[in-house]
Amino acid sequence: MAERAQQIGFGTWVGVAAAVAIPGLILVTTLAIFWVAEPGSGLGSSDWAAVRFTLWQATLSAVFSVALAVPVARALARQRFPGRGILVTLLGAPFLLPVIVAVFGLLAVFGRGGFVNVGLVWMGLPEVSIYGLHGVVLAHVFFNLPLATRLILQGWQGIPAERYRLAASLGMEAAAVNRHLERPMLWQVLPGAGLVIFVLCTTSFAVALTLGGGPSATTVELAIYQALRFEFDLSRAAFLSLIQLTITVVLAMLAFRFVRHPGFDRGFDRRMVRYDGRRGVLPYQDGVLIGGVTTFLLLPILAVVFRGVPELWGLPTQVWTSALRSVLVALSSTVLVVVLALAMALTVVRLRRGTWVETAGLLTVAASPLVLGTGLFVLIHPVANPEALALPVTILVNAMATLPFALRAMVPAYRGIEADYGRLADTLSLTGWARMRLLILPRLRRPLGFSAGLAAALSMGDLGVIALFADPETATLPLQIYRLMGSYRMDDASGAAVLLLGLSFGLFWIFDRGARRADV
Amino acid sequence: MRYSILGVGLLMAASVVHAEDKPILTVMTYDSFVSDWGPGPAVEDAFEGFCECDLNFVAAGDGAALLARVKLEGARSEADVVLGLDTNLTAEAVETGLFAAHDMAKAALDLPVDWTDQTFLPYDWGYFAFVHNADMADVPGDMKALGSSDTKIIIQDPRSSTPGLGLLMWVKAAYGDDASAVWEALADNVVTVTPGWSEAYGLFLEGEADMVLSYTTSPAYHLIAEEDDTKKAALFSEGHYMQVEVGGILKSSDQPALAEAFLSFMVTDGFQSIIPTTNWMYPAAVPEAGLPDGFETLIQPEKPLLFSPEEAQAIRASALDEWLNALSK
Repeated sequence: MAERAQQIGFGTWVGVAAAVAIPGLILVTTLAIFWVAEPGSGLGSSDWAAVRFTLWQATLSAVFSVALAVPVARALARQRFPGRGILVTLLGAPFLLPVIVAVFGLLAVFGRGGFVNVGLVWMGLPEVSIYGLHGVVLAHVFFNLPLATRLILQGWQGIPAERYRLAASLGMEAAAVNRHLERPMLWQVLPGAGLVIFVLCTTSFAVALTLGGGPSATTVELAIYQALRFEFDLSRAAFLSLIQLTITVVLAMLAFRFVRHPGFDRGFDRRMVRYDGRRGVLPYQDGVLIGGVTTFLLLPILAVVFRGVPELWGLPTQVWTSALRSVLVALSSTVLVVVLALAMALTVVRLRRGTWVETAGLLTVAASPLVLGTGLFVLIHPVANPEALALPVTILVNAMATLPFALRAMVPAYRGIEADYGRLADTLSLTGWARMRLLILPRLRRPLGFSAGLAAALSMGDLGVIALFADPETATLPLQIYRLMGSYRMDDASGAAVLLLGLSFGLFWIFDRGARRADV
Repeated sequence: MRYSILGVGLLMAASVVHAEDKPILTVMTYDSFVSDWGPGPAVEDAFEGFCECDLNFVAAGDGAALLARVKLEGARSEADVVLGLDTNLTAEAVETGLFAAHDMAKAALDLPVDWTDQTFLPYDWGYFAFVHNADMADVPGDMKALGSSDTKIIIQDPRSSTPGLGLLMWVKAAYGDDASAVWEALADNVVTVTPGWSEAYGLFLEGEADMVLSYTTSPAYHLIAEEDDTKKAALFSEGHYMQVEVGGILKSSDQPALAEAFLSFMVTDGFQSIIPTTNWMYPAAVPEAGLPDGFETLIQPEKPLLFSPEEAQAIRASALDEWLNALSK
């Protein structure tokens, strides 16, 4: 490696600059927040209520997601059926699904006029309300049940096939398999899965914005937004940001300490045959479970699509302009993520002690986008109208939010390429841009395409920092949908939701598939 | 040939310059004002008919969020006129120092209260009320009855919405020191708190609650525009809080004369005759033709309640705390 440490070219400098700038940005915004937060103002009882609600809804969301995911993952682990692979892949899809689209779908299914309540009334049961704690937890379970299922399924897949063979030859029933193989595995996997979901739910803004109802269902992030946009109270927003920052940092430290990966990355070595899953009622029980969860996940999306597709052609111009704006924001954010991730990956591999560069990039996980946004707002406001910078700020913050995922995908791949081909390239004096173009980029295509797709889709669907900065004229598509729903234009909102759904998944597909196809 | 292309280009450039020559008046207001069925489009047509200008509406959430936006934008604002604050917010708005005094102290108004404000001019007024379906059983007759019933209501956030703030003032004006207890009783009736009036009314029409905080004049919309007499406003015995909606000119305006012209226009028949059947409020100066048919069917509160702007400003922070505390439990 020593030789290669000398080749500090342009790319490395960009990587180092990014690795210095990112923690710098987080530090400066945090300092700005400290500067503005009035020390004497303290926490009012409604602030405590927001903290309590944030933690309580995250706890409920994590518990329900994980509790429901265990039987579903078990069913998926012990049954084989056509379409199982697609279903497992689809469980990853909610990660890319724009929150506002899901909320629209959940309203169509669980709202007062939705199927569920119509059914309840028909059966003479009381209606359920989707606003407040119920709705927030429901939406979080919708998003995180699939994630939990995948995490737990990986745990199941981590149990070697031989053990099941042994269990089968010992004539173990499902209960015995559970006791000897599954329960020990679950004890290892569940705390990590629960904590990950808990952390995700504490920084969820869009769900609380759309489904939270009033002071009793306000998260800290929503309270930050209200302080800025309802009352224009910078000091209060800054104070609440500090609270959110504390919550995130404490949880990140906990997660770092407790989340273990018990060989999650291993695939199947041999065909797994689960004899225990073939007995008695189990296939039917599992079938009902898998069918139920699939319905729960698909129904809201189908509701959006069926209601929205006929509206697509009559959408008002403002929806199309905001869609164009969103695509531009998403693409800019993607370019930023790709350039940063590539330069940082290069630097991590090239520099002799380069791992700090990756750590710097992963730091953004701890900074919630809304807190980062508040910091930028506080910094910008004295010199310019924050609204004028709404789109650049959104591009930057969205890029920061996706960077850790991109680094996680690209750094190991880059390292592998240099390990495999680096020496050969050195002997050929293949350096600089030629090395990047001929050696690295063709081999890095897949993680690059995946990262770009992820960045584009997440940025496309983001409804966070834009809500903090946007003026009435410059909405992105998710914000436009939120506004259309607010002004009771449900038909236009449903059409726009379908458009957003198509654009988010379309962008991901173009980048991800495009990179794979170029491989062949 | 080349010259003719050049000529066309010059002509086009000239016409662009001409279009830009027309001064633009930017009016910042709340969402429902500029909606297709709101007063915005008709007001724009009427004013542009004589002003030799381009009237541009910018919607910025509900009324109380307007003030936050004015503060946020400060002297950098591109807006000339702000339309949609009410008397609960005017004292605080004056304190920002961002508004200019108007020149129309002697405008003829038909408000139930005297108008002496030098900064803001009213354009409409109304009484807050809970609106419900006519077939609703056991309609509560006051806040306490509402609080002890299991009626589901939707209200607006007082920090972003003028009706939300109006309800805060209503409870305070009627119950004073007992306001806190009234809110604690109401808390379990609240289905959700929306950022603005539009969201709340939309949810009510979608069937998400039994009652919604709106105005005594809201049933007129259903009666006149939709020929539907199934919506009623509930008459409350403790009285109904009033709202007076106002417009004001920003000091930072680059079109002060045009802004002044708009404010004058606001209290003439041209503007006032649009209000009752688009904003569904009582006009601040009743037009010559009087109120539209259907308005006589509306309930008439016997006890109007209204704080002065100074009182409202003094009460607001503590009333807001009471509300937040009661509803966050």
